[in-house]
Amino acid sequence: MTERPAVGPPARTRLRAAGLTLPLVAFVGFSFLFPLGTMLSRSVYDPLVADALPETLALLEEWDGETLPGEPVFAAAARELGTALEGRLVGRLGGRVNRVASGMRSVIVRGARAAAEAPAATARETLMGGDPAWGEPATWRAIRTADERFTVRHYLRALDLDRDAGGSIVRQPEELRIYVPLLLRTLMVSGAVTLLCLLLGYPIAHLIANAPPRRARWLILLVLVPFWTSLLVRTTAWIVLLQTHGVVNSLLVALGIVADDGRIAMIYNMTGTLVAMTHVLLPFMVLPLYSVMRTIPPHFMRAASSLGANRRQSFFRVYWPLTLPGTAAGSLLVFILAIGYYITPALVGGSSGQLFSNMIAFHMQTSLNWGLAAALGGILFVVVGALYVVYDRLVGASSLKLG
Amino acid sequence: MREPGRTRRAPRALAALGLAAGITCAGDPPDGSLTAVSWGGSFARAVNKAFYEPFEAATGVVIGREDYNGGLAQIRTQVDIGNVHWDVLSLEIFDTIRGCDEGLLERIPKDILAPSLDGAPPEDDFSPGTLTECGVGHTFYSTIYAYHPDRFPGEKPATIADFFDLERFPGRRGMRRSPLVNLEFALLADGVPPGEVYGVLDTPEGLRRAFRKLDTIRDQVVWWEAGAQPPQMLADAEVVMSTAYNGRIFNAQALENQPFVIVWDGQVLDWGQMAIVAGSPNLDTALEYIRFMTSPESLARLTGYIAYAPVRRSALPLVSTHVETGADMRPHLPTSPENLRNTLRSNGAWWTEHLDEMNERFSAWLARS
Repeated sequence: MTERPAVGPPARTRLRAAGLTLPLVAFVGFSFLFPLGTMLSRSVYDPLVADALPETLALLEEWDGETLPGEPVFAAAARELGTALEGRLVGRLGGRVNRVASGMRSVIVRGARAAAEAPAATARETLMGGDPAWGEPATWRAIRTADERFTVRHYLRALDLDRDAGGSIVRQPEELRIYVPLLLRTLMVSGAVTLLCLLLGYPIAHLIANAPPRRARWLILLVLVPFWTSLLVRTTAWIVLLQTHGVVNSLLVALGIVADDGRIAMIYNMTGTLVAMTHVLLPFMVLPLYSVMRTIPPHFMRAASSLGANRRQSFFRVYWPLTLPGTAAGSLLVFILAIGYYITPALVGGSSGQLFSNMIAFHMQTSLNWGLAAALGGILFVVVGALYVVYDRLVGASSLKLG
Repeated sequence: MREPGRTRRAPRALAALGLAAGITCAGDPPDGSLTAVSWGGSFARAVNKAFYEPFEAATGVVIGREDYNGGLAQIRTQVDIGNVHWDVLSLEIFDTIRGCDEGLLERIPKDILAPSLDGAPPEDDFSPGTLTECGVGHTFYSTIYAYHPDRFPGEKPATIADFFDLERFPGRRGMRRSPLVNLEFALLADGVPPGEVYGVLDTPEGLRRAFRKLDTIRDQVVWWEAGAQPPQMLADAEVVMSTAYNGRIFNAQALENQPFVIVWDGQVLDWGQMAIVAGSPNLDTALEYIRFMTSPESLARLTGYIAYAPVRRSALPLVSTHVETGADMRPHLPTSPENLRNTLRSNGAWWTEHLDEMNERFSAWLARS
């Protein structure tokens, strides 16, 4: 470089300045990108079966899939299962094959035990002595299918698809379709909550932004106190308020508005989900709106009306467009948070309280099917990313203003 | 405790026995701390009184108390990253089997178990199936359903079929958000004898039959997740009846004077397992603790705080009264003969195989609207 930019500090200073952000970059990489990457890789890469049974799988590749495999396959399987048992890998191995066909867990574990403890004359007798299911081709097909070093099976599952016997992709039978309906419901709930937050939050933010400073401080405190309160406390409070014999229903009965036996079901259904989620997420709408509205000088509206606009026109043509960055930021924030919510809907939502993230939590914590959890997370990630792109096209990401 | 001197000496003697039996290496006393994990709520309070405090008094070991909601995820994380900070915990049977196969739990040699009181070897004293490779059974608990008598002034529900009968007993019902027990309840209510329930569930048609039965009350179900919820929902009149753990209902009756009635017909009997996390840094102390808490005396002591029955036969004669109210505990235990008439014993092996599949089906069933 012969020419330096005319303005700005020299390269060394800039480099040093950039160096100051290195801890942050390292932190983001370590605490965000790395776990995200490893988690997502689990959705397509799972070497467990391939590593535990390499020889068996290699031999099974030449197998026709119909008749019982020959003794060499049995011998390889018995040997490798014995090793897996020693390394205490056999439970996980069984769990993996069990996902392909229920009931395989004990077949694998018993086969491994027999191989280690009760070897017979032939490997085939050994394994079948552990569990007679080793004598069925279906067991071997399940093992072959469970080899998923690189696999799209988790993504297929996450989209309610499956491979049929011929290997072509088909939809799951209706009683097993979960994830697509749940995703649609989650998007619908998130959209409704965002809309409700906007309808409720906009007037509140406007009130705070235009109140005298002393009163504004109090009002903002009223928004922040619930924001600082534990999520579970707020959710439980809604249960107390909305349940059949709760505060609201009892009040309505006392006032004679509803009959005692006609109490309204306001919780453990979609109403409960919407009310509680809207309340929990409302501050995320109010705060960005407030910070944007505070910067709009009040004389803009006066100028609009002095130029002949009525209140309606001056709002929609002057004020509303100016608050758009806050509206957009608040809506995006609320929507993205809502899409990942699961505790509140699970507590107050009844049968309809199952959202997409519940299934991610379920597969992380209970079924331990982290591959599927990662695939579901990946799909959520793509959906949010796509929404962001759409949003960027419509509103422009640069207009985002969080405060 | 009425005889503090005696109850304090007994555990100390037991601990000494444990040492003598060579649980700990010679000259290697318990290193002084142990992290024990249980299920929270009234169960954790009972465990604290019946197990933790006497063990601490007898051995000087300080127990760190933690709670969790079941499942293997936390254990697997600890074992995988090699930072095990839990030592002993109470698990459901299918998680014990799975955790053992996956190498997440230590194998527990059965010769460490405290002797039975009638001289039988421990293997015969423990109820069949409650000793597994990595787990030692401790208490029977059962899932029953209970109702508030004020909601049914006339005819009262009496059988498991009544739980599914919306015509005679209208109103919302509480059920655990899980296929566990609910599938069994559905088939029992549909007239399947307890001995055939898992055989029926093993067939696709039987499984559809269970879900069809659940379909009949689906719109009237409020789903609960934590064991503390059902008594609360019954007290708040949010539901007219709810499935629940029998111990939780007993505590509401005994300590909060709630008039709830338990329907024992069709109860599903389960048992808790004690296990040790693989790689526990306090293995010797953990084994000693398990010996202590699964002794007949300790298991009987627990019944003074919560209505969960010992899995050891020789502990049953020691069962006496509730510590706080003085009520005779025997009729409140799930294993008392009059409560056992139509009982299904949960099949842990079946659930180990089918839990993942059933969870998926159940979620799909719930998500269908």
